[in-house]
Amino acid sequence: MTDDRPTVAVWKFASCDGCQLTLLDCEDEFLTIAGVVRFAHFAEVSRARVDGPYDLSLVEGSITTEEDLLRIQEIRAASRRLVTIGACAVAGGIQALRNFAAEGAYAAAVYAHPEYLSSLETSTAIAAHVPVDVELQGCPISRRQLLEVITAELAHRRPVLPSHSVCQECKAAGTVCLTVCDGTACLGPVTRAGCGALCPSIGRGCFGCFGPSSGANPGALVDELLGAGTSRAEASRLFATFNVGNPVFGDQSAALTGRGEQEEPT
Amino acid sequence: MTHGSGTHRTVAVEGLSRVEGEGSLRVDVRDGVVEDVALTIFEPPRFFEALLRGRAAAEAPDITARICGICPVAYQMSACAAVEDAVGVRVDDRVTALRRLLYCGEWIQSHALHVYLLHAPDFLGCADAVELAERDRAAVQRGLALKKTGNLVMETVGGRAVHPVNVRVGGFYRAPSPAAVAALAGPLERARDAAVATVGWVAGFDFPDVEGEYRFVALRGDGCYPMESGRVVSSDGLDVTAAAFADRVVEEHVARSTALHARLDGRLEYLTGPLARYALNADQLPEVAVRAAAAAGLGTRCANPFRSIVVRAVELVAACDEALRLVNGYEPPEPAAAPVEWQAGVGTGATEAPRGLLFHRYELDGAGLIRSARIVPPTSQNQLTIEADLRRVAQAGLDLPDDQLTWRCEQAVRNHDPCISCAAHFLDLTVARR
Repeated sequence: MTDDRPTVAVWKFASCDGCQLTLLDCEDEFLTIAGVVRFAHFAEVSRARVDGPYDLSLVEGSITTEEDLLRIQEIRAASRRLVTIGACAVAGGIQALRNFAAEGAYAAAVYAHPEYLSSLETSTAIAAHVPVDVELQGCPISRRQLLEVITAELAHRRPVLPSHSVCQECKAAGTVCLTVCDGTACLGPVTRAGCGALCPSIGRGCFGCFGPSSGANPGALVDELLGAGTSRAEASRLFATFNVGNPVFGDQSAALTGRGEQEEPT
Repeated sequence: MTHGSGTHRTVAVEGLSRVEGEGSLRVDVRDGVVEDVALTIFEPPRFFEALLRGRAAAEAPDITARICGICPVAYQMSACAAVEDAVGVRVDDRVTALRRLLYCGEWIQSHALHVYLLHAPDFLGCADAVELAERDRAAVQRGLALKKTGNLVMETVGGRAVHPVNVRVGGFYRAPSPAAVAALAGPLERARDAAVATVGWVAGFDFPDVEGEYRFVALRGDGCYPMESGRVVSSDGLDVTAAAFADRVVEEHVARSTALHARLDGRLEYLTGPLARYALNADQLPEVAVRAAAAAGLGTRCANPFRSIVVRAVELVAACDEALRLVNGYEPPEPAAAPVEWQAGVGTGATEAPRGLLFHRYELDGAGLIRSARIVPPTSQNQLTIEADLRRVAQAGLDLPDDQLTWRCEQAVRNHDPCISCAAHFLDLTVARR
């Protein structure tokens, strides 16, 4: 009997596993998905391995080692379609903070023998190395958006993903604006929708998990935040988390303090 | 894959699966004796301790959550405990109760994932839970439903299942409404029943007859099973604060691993996680978990690493029951978070991640910026003990054909649910027989 289901492979680079876990968090849909596709390579879930080519590769994590520079080329060559999932794969992740540090400083702070390591000095997005067909933003990605992307890929259509900002999700949910009301620092105006404006709904400013929205103008937001009492150092840190590797956030953070010479502890 | 013949053989498998992260494993056998074993972790390091320097301590819970997508709450809880210790913040009992409820959600989610999707297929000869579902769909669905309930608790209390957003130093951004928390009772009651059924299911598996010689280390709960706080105790009489424990754990960087190897007092191997918690806290389990454990034939101590799946299932029962107790007694903390005044200091926080003891230590400056950070996850503490297990299991299984020995060795690693992303990932198995 031939198995003519499309093959899906899931790959991990430098990451926390949370985005591929999101596929398993589709508890109601997982067995259905596993019926219509064949998981040909999904190390977290299965001992079974099928050689490529693969119809769809989902790639989590960022490129941080020489080996991974080669591995991503092989995966791209073996994949008809390649979708990156999550802030690490799309923007380099929180570990991209090293891109702004003095050479070698990070490894020496954590490891007694940095010479045992073979890390690159940078953490970079998958798209910096190979063509990517769809990028799914988020730290972590949204379960709903992941299902949409898989469904769209199976149907050979383009996924419907938002490019607008978290602000619009707040308006749709009727959440009162925190920045306007009490000056809470919030990245909602420049952050891509997808989480459902979770943080503002609990009285917390958005901290940018989903990266920049399309056409984001962080400079204008910074003026607003500084005017409302946020310090330059705080504002710089706010842009320098999971999506610091995206220049829209990373450059803004650097402009606020000059990253690398960011406040040293006293 | 088999190479060679007679007493000189190599068995190699590329990629150990159904663990969180990636690493490699090697067993060297010469003339029928296991000579050397090595669990090698080459998860690309992400340098969290370095990138935390100069960050605000208030950011530590959200940044360190990104170490692990499967146990982000553990990182958030240990980070909060350490920062609060450094600045002298005491949280109110209602905050502690809500944190414990959130943590129960993570235990349920993580243990259900491990028991049903990562570990059980080994005992039933399946490559994965998808194949298992072809044989016993109801079992896999029960596991997924349990996992979903854990996620529901995390979403209700924390805002989302992976990297919750509601946790802050001092407590929470907003306490969930009593109605939202009360709505968890029904699903949790069903989950508790499913967890009891899980204990019965896994207790019926066949277990290799192997006993480990373990030095167990866990938090000791104060009247309840340990989770978000407690003193650190061991099976050989240790009983110290988290800070004193952290001082005694010495980590070593070895060439083969990007995970640091931890030893107590620089020399003693030890094991944290379900087997250790159970051995040191069985008397603290709720009644329903005690009954389930007894029905499964589990004593008050279990040293067969393969039977850790039964202990994990008993902990699932305990976590569901504890979550129900907390839901029924829920009072929203007011305020939702204790006020924090930043000051210079050093603090340590230790909590029980699903996989074992996780401690953080931070040194803060007067403005609340982190001067130095130390994070010790369960897997780097367990790594040497996992290697000792591998040696024992490989030696006991040398009569098995190569493919079965290989699977058995993989299983010996999975017994401990290693979180290699936490420890730093990439398991390839190489068994060399010479």
